Amino acid sequence: MGKIIKYVLYDILQNKIIIAYTLFLLVVSVSMLSLETDTNKGTLSLLNIILIVLPLVSIVFATIHFYNSYEFIELLIAQPLQRSKILLSQYFGVTIALLTAFGIGVGMPLVLLSFTEASSMLILSGALLTVVFTSLAFWASVITNDKAKGIGISLLLWFYFSLIYDGLVLLLLFSFSDYPLEKAVMVFTALNPVDMGRIMILLKLDISALMGYTGALYKQFFGSGYGTIISTGVMLVWAIVPIAFAVRIFNRKDL
Amino acid sequence: MSFTKNVFIEKLKNNRQIVIPSAMLIVNFIFRIWMISFCGIMVIHIPLTAATHTVCADCTLKNLHEALDYAKPCDTILVQKGIYHGEVLEIRKSITFIGQDHPILDGQEKNELISVKTNDVNIIGFQLINAPFSSSREMAGINVYNASNINISNNQLRNTCFGIYLANVTHCTVQNNSLHSVSDIELNAGNGIHAWKCDHLNIASNEVSGHRDGIYFEFVTKSLITDNQSYENLRYGLHFMFSHEDEYRNNRFENNGAGVAVMYTKKVTMLNNQFIHNWGDSAYGLLLKDISDSHIENNIFDQNTIGIQMEGSSRIVITNNTFTFNGWAVQLQASCDNNNFLSNNFNGNTFDIATNGTLVLNTINGNYWDKYEGYDLDKDGIGDVPYRPTSLYAMLVSEMPFTIMLWRSFVVYLLDRMEKVIPSITPESLIDAEPLMKKVKHDPRITTP
Repeated sequence: MGKIIKYVLYDILQNKIIIAYTLFLLVVSVSMLSLETDTNKGTLSLLNIILIVLPLVSIVFATIHFYNSYEFIELLIAQPLQRSKILLSQYFGVTIALLTAFGIGVGMPLVLLSFTEASSMLILSGALLTVVFTSLAFWASVITNDKAKGIGISLLLWFYFSLIYDGLVLLLLFSFSDYPLEKAVMVFTALNPVDMGRIMILLKLDISALMGYTGALYKQFFGSGYGTIISTGVMLVWAIVPIAFAVRIFNRKDL
Repeated sequence: MSFTKNVFIEKLKNNRQIVIPSAMLIVNFIFRIWMISFCGIMVIHIPLTAATHTVCADCTLKNLHEALDYAKPCDTILVQKGIYHGEVLEIRKSITFIGQDHPILDGQEKNELISVKTNDVNIIGFQLINAPFSSSREMAGINVYNASNINISNNQLRNTCFGIYLANVTHCTVQNNSLHSVSDIELNAGNGIHAWKCDHLNIASNEVSGHRDGIYFEFVTKSLITDNQSYENLRYGLHFMFSHEDEYRNNRFENNGAGVAVMYTKKVTMLNNQFIHNWGDSAYGLLLKDISDSHIENNIFDQNTIGIQMEGSSRIVITNNTFTFNGWAVQLQASCDNNNFLSNNFNGNTFDIATNGTLVLNTINGNYWDKYEGYDLDKDGIGDVPYRPTSLYAMLVSEMPFTIMLWRSFVVYLLDRMEKVIPSITPESLIDAEPLMKKVKHDPRITTP
């Protein structure tokens, strides 16, 4: 398994796209952090990048990579290797590559230029989002053999999690505003990794506005030291479940 | 001292028989002036005229009660370092108490410490500790009832339920005291400086923490509150009601349970105060409820959940204030009218202004907003496009707090953009027509008349 991960990693790290992605993140974070005089503001602007660009690139890159290395996977399956190991090593290879890009592009500037509690939370949730969306990408790509369809599903997933879901939640909150929804909102948050990541960072940033009853609940549940473990746990569930499904489908799949 | 005084009075009486009435009046006048300066607050007169009694463990006067019985009005009682217990010290003579190196008066959680019931009393330089909590009475470190010309300075109060309690007092100075208490719940905590039905108070340079309300006023008029620090109190740093024509300057209210609340008052002036980090559910930097004809200038509101919450307030001028990093800088309820926001700085607030209706009877003009995205073609320092300080989402959150879940999500960003172009829910008239391009410069240390 280690050996396959190594090959996948070598393959990806030579890829120009991942280098461009790293450079893009690096330029954006350095410029945002050094342009804003207030470090919190810089972190906030970076938040938008993390929440939109990171999931998009992760899911699209992982999907395309899966389809591009389809022949390599077929070759490996011909060897006496477990199918689940092949898929998992592919997954870990892509994840490690994307995490490295994120670490160099966002993590390093944050640590060097403005290392606060909020920025460390930004790094954590960014890393978790990368893991989650790569996992979702693998699930989307094993469903279908058609590359276009696979990428389509991935994009739809991204669209759903970053935009449609929030719209639906807003609609729901609007229509049921007469009911006490404070606890329901926590569940809604946990059901979307992007929201989860956003709340994790915001609890360290705009706490004052979040401080109503909902905010207090949020803080108690997701914000404290114990809560950080809970929210990280929820994100990890979001990473493990799709890849587990993907392995299950891949094991039974007629290639 | 009493001897010289008697001789003088005798002389006066003798004189009465021989001098003409007009001369008598002059002598009488001089005598009155002499009496006033004699009993005055000035410590410098004391060695010349009044007697001074020293209280210490080895002196003839062993405790304050003995000294108080022994002393005549206008005397000075000098208390040396030590610990003094006993019943409540009830002062019914005009006496100056001076503590040297902060002698300790210990109530031992049994009784309150000093109770002043006459005019012209000075209490300077003591340490008062351990007044108990009582459900029936308000136990305090220093109680003052129905008096005037009281001076309470340089005292340290520790763990006294109420700190300094003034009831029906006029012309009183409370200066340089530090009041610290450790209360856990509001129910059995007292207020630091508590004043009821007073006027012409001068509350200056005190430090209050750990009480229920740091400074509490009810029916206190024409008073001056300057340079105080009130922090980490359970409820409000400053709390006043029905206290007209008071002036608050250079005070600092930090980290109080619910910030500062002021209610049902006319003609208040607040200058150069700092309202900092009053954080939490229903905590305000400054809550203005039914305040009218007031002036709020040059204050700093930093890191409060709500910088200013205004309800039912009218004709308030809010100018040259700085609002930084608050959750909501201003919550302007629709019940407010004729208020004027002018030349304020809004910087780094999560939401600038929120309101709860479409009716806007207030003026917001010429402020600096860090979220302003307009331009200034004619370079006159005033933005050419009006600024809308309230956003759809800010109103949504004030009405439905749980929608905070979507804060800073892409959907909310889109909604706010749309609302800015075509306002439907946010009041159309809530605009700053002349937003400033640069921050208003002001020095909070400069006192404006």
